[in-house]
Amino acid sequence: MSMDIFLQQLLNALSLGGTYALLALGLAVVFSIIGLINFAHGELMTVTGYAICFALIWGLPFPLAVIAGLVVAIAAALLMERIAFRPVRGASGTTLLLTSFAVSAILRVLFQNIISARPIPVSIPSSMSGVVTIGPLHLGMIQLISIVVTLVMLLGLNLFLHRTMAGRAMRAASEDFAVLRLMGIRANFVVATAFAISGLLAGVAGLLWVAQRGSVDPLMGALPVLKAFIAAIIGGLGSLSGAVAGGFLLGFIEVILQAYLPDSLLPYRDAFAILLVIAVLLFRPQGLLARKTLVKL
Amino acid sequence: MTTSDEILLSIEGLTVSYGAVEAVRGIDLTVKRGEIVTLLGANGAGKSSTLNALVGLAPRKARRMLFDGTDLLALPPETIVRRGMTLVPEGRRVFSSLTVDENLMLGGAKHAARGNPAAVKTNMLELFPILAERLHQKAGSLSGGEQQMLAIARALMSSPDLLLLDEPSLGLAPQVVDRIFDLIGNLRDRGLTILLVEQNVVQSLEIADRGYVLANGRVELQGSAADLRASPEIQDAYLGA
Repeated sequence: MSMDIFLQQLLNALSLGGTYALLALGLAVVFSIIGLINFAHGELMTVTGYAICFALIWGLPFPLAVIAGLVVAIAAALLMERIAFRPVRGASGTTLLLTSFAVSAILRVLFQNIISARPIPVSIPSSMSGVVTIGPLHLGMIQLISIVVTLVMLLGLNLFLHRTMAGRAMRAASEDFAVLRLMGIRANFVVATAFAISGLLAGVAGLLWVAQRGSVDPLMGALPVLKAFIAAIIGGLGSLSGAVAGGFLLGFIEVILQAYLPDSLLPYRDAFAILLVIAVLLFRPQGLLARKTLVKL
Repeated sequence: MTTSDEILLSIEGLTVSYGAVEAVRGIDLTVKRGEIVTLLGANGAGKSSTLNALVGLAPRKARRMLFDGTDLLALPPETIVRRGMTLVPEGRRVFSSLTVDENLMLGGAKHAARGNPAAVKTNMLELFPILAERLHQKAGSLSGGEQQMLAIARALMSSPDLLLLDEPSLGLAPQVVDRIFDLIGNLRDRGLTILLVEQNVVQSLEIADRGYVLANGRVELQGSAADLRASPEIQDAYLGA
């Protein structure tokens, strides 16, 4: 394999893994605080896609459309929390999980009936779909953008969690929510912050996903959120760094399988990927970077 | 002694139930400003449940629950803490993956909007020099005694009028226990009112002004610390006289 093909595969792995990492991180941020695995997380991606799509149709320039998409993603996440999850806060994990399935199903049906069951094209600027030539290397622009955006998001989140009062409160809440309330910090504020962050992460992942595929459809978020869930499990559910590690690992596994599996086995790529995940969990049932104690509730 | 006659906390008919289990079955309790009041009793007598109910962390009912003129019954924990009553929970429960500094700053979150948590923190580090030395270590790396100091300092960061202490000496070495009790006396001398739950009956009654003895979720005995120390029930059950 020549150098530039290898590097291109490496970029593919980093960019796919980065998107999984952002999604898995969004799941983990919420799970670490209220013990909810939000399967409606994928619909936040879809919402972002539609928002960007319609903003462009209404004639907004691309950067403004992206901002609109992210704002809509955060607002949708906050509404989800307020309407669907706050009433069942503190209920069993099963109740929370089923509620998130319901939210996901309702949103998909709404997308299908109000917007369209078919994919709608999104006109991504041609500058994003080009190829960058660095010496002998030809690298996909969108992959490079994905990687840079992912890194910026990870660094930004890390700064937020360590440098701001709200960020410290979130880390403390994932350890001991009851005692955090004894600090005089409102429970609703911390939960809403977690959802806003997960909305932003889903929005950025949705943007990257739509930019690669050039279209948005009602079921767009289904597969990525499933992958993100797997990534979060590999990393150790509730561990933020674990979610990032799991996301990148899953991205690498998928891209390597895509590149090296013989053609006859390619249709089973995801099956092989899951097999490797099972192998990881056989040796580390708690996940790669599991926290010592899992969230109470 | 700075005890006044002003009643800071007044509870009537407090019950705490976890499902079918009644942990506290209708107790009356008052704490006057400047007092140290101790709640004594065996394991499962309802001491911790009472403290948790006061700050809103346990499901509670009461005929009356007034703190400094405010009805506590409808308020969530975060609001109660902002009104000036806070709890140092049993088992310390410091945020172990956060640094000492971060724990303290969270404790002072109520000052973040207006006022200055950093100034309160400076005072706290003078009171607890060991925490100044450990400021940037993870709280989980501290010894048990240091973690208890941190838990108390973190609670004091909210500048409370009434501090609830749940078993502060639990699991600590005897010299460390002495230091914690010295600290409690010191805090009272600075004007803090304290409601103390303890297994350590001897030292609690030495430091307290008054006490309540709970058994099976009811008040079995109450009075001044001196009277309690002299009472046959306490002598038999705890002091082994």
